[in-house]
Amino acid sequence: MATKHSRAAARLMISPAVLLLLGWMIVPLAMTLYFSFLRYNLLMPGMEEWTGFLNYQYFLTDPAFIASLINTLLLVGGVLIITIIGGILLALLLDQPFFGQGIVRILVIAPFFVMPTVSALVWKNMFLNPVNGLFAHVAHFFGLPAYDFLAQAPLASIIGIVAWQWLPFATLILLTALQSLDQEQLEAAEMDGASPVSRFFHIMLPHLARAITVVVLIQTIFLLSIFAEILVTTNGGPGVASTNLTYLIYVQSLLQFDVGGGSAGGVVAIILANIVAIFLMRMIGKNLEA
Amino acid sequence: MARAVSKPRKLVFTLVAWIIGLAIFFPILWIFILSFKSEGNAIAAPFHVLTSAFTLESYHTVFERSNYLRYFMNSVILSVGSTLLGLIIAVPAAWAMAFVPGRHTKDVLLWMLSTKMLPPVGVLVPIYLIFRDMGLLDSRIGLVFVLTMINLPIIIWMLYTYFREIPGEILEAARMDGAGLKEEVLYVLTPMAIPGIASTVLLNIILAWNEAFWTLNLTAAKAAPLTQFIASYSSPEGLFYAKLSAASIMAIAPILIMGWFSQKQLVRGLTFGAVK
Repeated sequence: MATKHSRAAARLMISPAVLLLLGWMIVPLAMTLYFSFLRYNLLMPGMEEWTGFLNYQYFLTDPAFIASLINTLLLVGGVLIITIIGGILLALLLDQPFFGQGIVRILVIAPFFVMPTVSALVWKNMFLNPVNGLFAHVAHFFGLPAYDFLAQAPLASIIGIVAWQWLPFATLILLTALQSLDQEQLEAAEMDGASPVSRFFHIMLPHLARAITVVVLIQTIFLLSIFAEILVTTNGGPGVASTNLTYLIYVQSLLQFDVGGGSAGGVVAIILANIVAIFLMRMIGKNLEA
Repeated sequence: MARAVSKPRKLVFTLVAWIIGLAIFFPILWIFILSFKSEGNAIAAPFHVLTSAFTLESYHTVFERSNYLRYFMNSVILSVGSTLLGLIIAVPAAWAMAFVPGRHTKDVLLWMLSTKMLPPVGVLVPIYLIFRDMGLLDSRIGLVFVLTMINLPIIIWMLYTYFREIPGEILEAARMDGAGLKEEVLYVLTPMAIPGIASTVLLNIILAWNEAFWTLNLTAAKAAPLTQFIASYSSPEGLFYAKLSAASIMAIAPILIMGWFSQKQLVRGLTFGAVK
């Protein structure tokens, strides 16, 4: 049983972590909130003045905001659909007995370890480039004209690149969950004459539901903040065709030096991320009790 | 029990799985091949690429002309430094929460996790300005601190889930055998905690190595790690596929190898123990 003495020691051991995280969270957050109510441009130092909700009004009514919000949703949604469906199929496949399971598993998870700037640049140049890219070569081989992916379909191309990076994550987690499934239950269902399809929908999918939720929530947190992939492939363009919320705020604050406007955008991004976070925290919290 | 599987069925699955596995791995395989070609051959049609001569020319060029080693060392310093600093802060905290849980332990853990959900872009401006005013822009110390803070919740969580699995009875048994607190920590707890700490270190180095929001925004030249080095190739200057491939391979190889060893821990670390 923990004594009074050990409780005090425990508190002392936890406090550095708590204080640091608290500072890391509160200080910048308070500053962002404060800046968001100022007219504050780094190019005009000393001209800061209180403007109330003007920054929010500008940010939220900017056509680029609506466009980037839609792009953010498409990016997150598109990657989620591809990685969840692909991940389930891959997990089912990798769960089957076949020769070289370990090696194939290693091949499948590899993209997750590739740093974002590398995967984005490699896809941009070696595959999607309309002149020298591999896809262009393949198109020429079949007598088709090359397609300029990043100019014609920038957002879809980025969705593809990001999905390639995150498919291993979904696969790995769904595979782990699948392997904890009670085999006897499956065999019993099989003996009772359940078809593979009904076994999948009535036994496997319900068992995977929790893991799928976890994958959706965690990926959403990361996908809302996709940045490097956009920076090195399209710079958010053409126009704002592949600009997401993160990139828009980056442009506004660090390229246009509009601290006030960028901060207002940051507050909006925080609110959006929190909506997702609340669901995720509830799930993890429930699991902590189990 | 493993079910008996018919041979043809197994062969079909083997074929399908290998085709899909290789397809997913293909981009990495392709740059690996391109990195051993001359620039002229690297942009040729695929068939020509495969049959052309191997050369180490691109690796030479990347090494000699681009300060690759400095970027590499920065990546090592940032990822290892932030991991060690994180451990120093996290081990006591996770230890206390796992072995002396109080009424609020769960809330503290969840709150720590919630700091991870803060979108980085939401605090980009203040961090940038604070760094500018403190002269920390493009400095390794500043970046080590940022990387430590963004990964600290994950480190604490992972350590916590590992520590919690150490059975309390063992401690009691040691105490009955006359072990003092020092012996208890040194000879009983530490050996049992080391595997958990090792996987935490591994995963955290991977995450820090690949971090590409703060490293791109807060560094320019001096403290820039490999993420920044590769990003500098985004402005096309003539033919550079082979060099980009060689640089990419050198940037991802160490982490790829570490990642393959830590795939099991990855699931646990990245789902905060929600899926094991």
